Amino acid sequence: MDHVLRLDRVLIALDGVPLVEVDAEVGPGEVLTVMGPSGSGKSTLLAYVAGFLDPAFRASGRISLDGEELTGRPAERRRIGLLFQDAMLFPHLSVAGNLTFGMPRSLDHRLERARAALSDVGLGGYEDRDPATLSGGQKARVALLRLLLSEPRAVLLDEPFSKLDAALRAEVRELVFGRLREAGLPTLLVTHDEADVPAAHATIVHLGPNGAVGPRRPRTA
Amino acid sequence: MLQLATIATAAIVAGPIAAGLLGVAMPAFGIIPALGSSSLSLDAWQRLLEQPGLLRSALIALASGLVTTAISLGIVFLFLASSAGTRLLTWVRRLVAPLLAVPHAAAAVGMAFLIAPSGLIARALSPWATGWLRPPDILIVHDPWGLAMMAGLVVKEVPFLLLMSLTMLPALEPARRIAIARSLGYRPVTAWLKVVAPGLYPLVRLPVYAVVAYASSTVDVALILGPTNPPTLAVSVLRWFSDPDLSMRSMASAGALAQLTVTMVALALWRVGEALLARGGAAWMASSDRGIAERPMAVVGPAGIALAGGALASALVGLVIASLSWTWRFPNLLPDTLSSATWSRAGPVLLETLATTAMIAGPATALALAAALAILESAAASSRPRHDLTPLFYLPLLVPQVPFLFGLVVGAEAVRFRPGYLPVLLGHFVFVLPYVLLSLSEAYRRFDDRWLMLGRTLGASAGRTFWAIRLPILLGPCLAAAAVGLAVSVGQYLPTLLLGAGRLETVTTMAVALTSGGDRRVVGAWALAQALLPVLGFALAVLLPRAVWRNRRALRNTS
Repeated sequence: MDHVLRLDRVLIALDGVPLVEVDAEVGPGEVLTVMGPSGSGKSTLLAYVAGFLDPAFRASGRISLDGEELTGRPAERRRIGLLFQDAMLFPHLSVAGNLTFGMPRSLDHRLERARAALSDVGLGGYEDRDPATLSGGQKARVALLRLLLSEPRAVLLDEPFSKLDAALRAEVRELVFGRLREAGLPTLLVTHDEADVPAAHATIVHLGPNGAVGPRRPRTA
Repeated sequence: MLQLATIATAAIVAGPIAAGLLGVAMPAFGIIPALGSSSLSLDAWQRLLEQPGLLRSALIALASGLVTTAISLGIVFLFLASSAGTRLLTWVRRLVAPLLAVPHAAAAVGMAFLIAPSGLIARALSPWATGWLRPPDILIVHDPWGLAMMAGLVVKEVPFLLLMSLTMLPALEPARRIAIARSLGYRPVTAWLKVVAPGLYPLVRLPVYAVVAYASSTVDVALILGPTNPPTLAVSVLRWFSDPDLSMRSMASAGALAQLTVTMVALALWRVGEALLARGGAAWMASSDRGIAERPMAVVGPAGIALAGGALASALVGLVIASLSWTWRFPNLLPDTLSSATWSRAGPVLLETLATTAMIAGPATALALAAALAILESAAASSRPRHDLTPLFYLPLLVPQVPFLFGLVVGAEAVRFRPGYLPVLLGHFVFVLPYVLLSLSEAYRRFDDRWLMLGRTLGASAGRTFWAIRLPILLGPCLAAAAVGLAVSVGQYLPTLLLGAGRLETVTTMAVALTSGGDRRVVGAWALAQALLPVLGFALAVLLPRAVWRNRRALRNTS
């Protein structure tokens, strides 16, 4: 299924000072990259799209997914997935428990699905493992599977590779962007690092230190 | 819903405190509806001021609040300074919780057995060093200066302040701070005092104030170790209040207000001391002085901890020996004959009393834990807390129990509310809540909120993220907080005594009541029984998370 994420003249301000302004459409399998130094409001933009915006900020504009208005909808009903720079696997659940946590409730054979997905990324037989015993690369893969198995309609990435070491970084990045493209998911990536940006299908928006804004209309690289 | 729970809790805490203070203020100024007097008068104050030794009582209470706190805090800080990053710290960290489990009264009884003229220390030194063949006739316990009382308090407050400091320390990343200072040429203890202590003190300020308030107004420790002629102010007030002559009530109320004043003065003086130290300290912090008295300071801290911990541990051992002794002539270190008769004779009553204690402490702790979770959840939900009620919940730590509880009893009588189980439960809840909140809030603050965000984006509601993510991850800290709460509840003397009107006996009220009787075998048994439930609680708080999370490395050693 193909999904489209639209940020319709989104403007976020703090105490009346505009912080972020984005107007863009992200098609299926496309990546919109928002770049800027820390403090430029990248994470605020992600929080707004995900549904966690701190009430201290004022936001205007609309977010829609496949034509459905999302603004004002609680986070758990937006079906927008999230990846942080840390894998953030739930420490109290097994690897399989992490995967089934986010699966839609209507789904059957949840454990089998988790098992199949794990062996698909080379982690067959890992379902009962304690997440704390996995390596950095393994954790990143489980985090990606957890996201995909929750069947999101769009994905937000918050500097997702910045904590991995250089050797692992390229590998995980390829896996993540490959899977997201395969699933046809529109993706919003925020980062301060050019190396995080995928080679293809990416649009880049640069944020200045205080609300300066990149191109209004997306261009395809 | 959460907001509602928080506001309800605020009402449960603030209501009685306000009612209690009003309940002592009115009789103190001559307004006693029950006796039909409703005109303002200062008679009660005049009679209070005529009491012999009043000034001395008040000054000893004041001194106890300041001296106890200064010594305890000094020991804890110097110990942390000289043990940072060593094996000694890891070792002491494991011992601190069980030591904290010993209630104040039990520790005081144990101390009395240790330092009394016929106590373990005198026995250990007699007759070879002292030449004593009979207990010497000197006043050590109940000394007129309250030194024994202060020693008993220090022994209990050191583990408390140590645990609070250890809880807060990780937030400061002490290892990194010290590494930087040491790379600039500072000796280790000086480095800690210059770069860690100034950050740590504000984080433990509230527990420190609680110690000042407690040490200046304690009743149970003062009854067991404190001066008797005159006793400390709080004990005098308790005597007047329990006097069958109802006209003593108004004077007792004035005394209770005087106690409130003494505690407030102690806190004010402590603040002045803080300010002076901050002013003098700021210059020293910024100076390039790389180590003054490094060696002595490195010795004092560990020595103080060893002394306090050793005293408390030997006090406990003393209680065990005393409860098992039968005949025990003086200079002999160990009893001549042993017997379990004391235990078997106390058995039935002891079990019944333990059941009553558990019936109060269990629900009070469970309620306090639930309330603390509701308070912290609702504070976390509102990102800009405009009406933050949290400081209110800590108020019971700073208000001395004497005026507050007396007023409450007077008020309850006025509206014909009968003392009994529910008032006692409520009283315990009010005093347990701040300790549970104190223990839990640091774990809450350190919780990574991104787990909750992830849970939400994975389709879990706010409620489900609490039950399925926050609570399991915080299982260890929740149980640790509950263990602290249980120990606090079991140790409550005055609330049980006054709000239960003698109808409810807990191990603590029994132990304190028996100390005046003087059979050391019986007293020892009851004091030990006091420690039983708290020790069980702390053991569960350590073992349960380990069992539940035996396959979850990240959660196994949280408490």
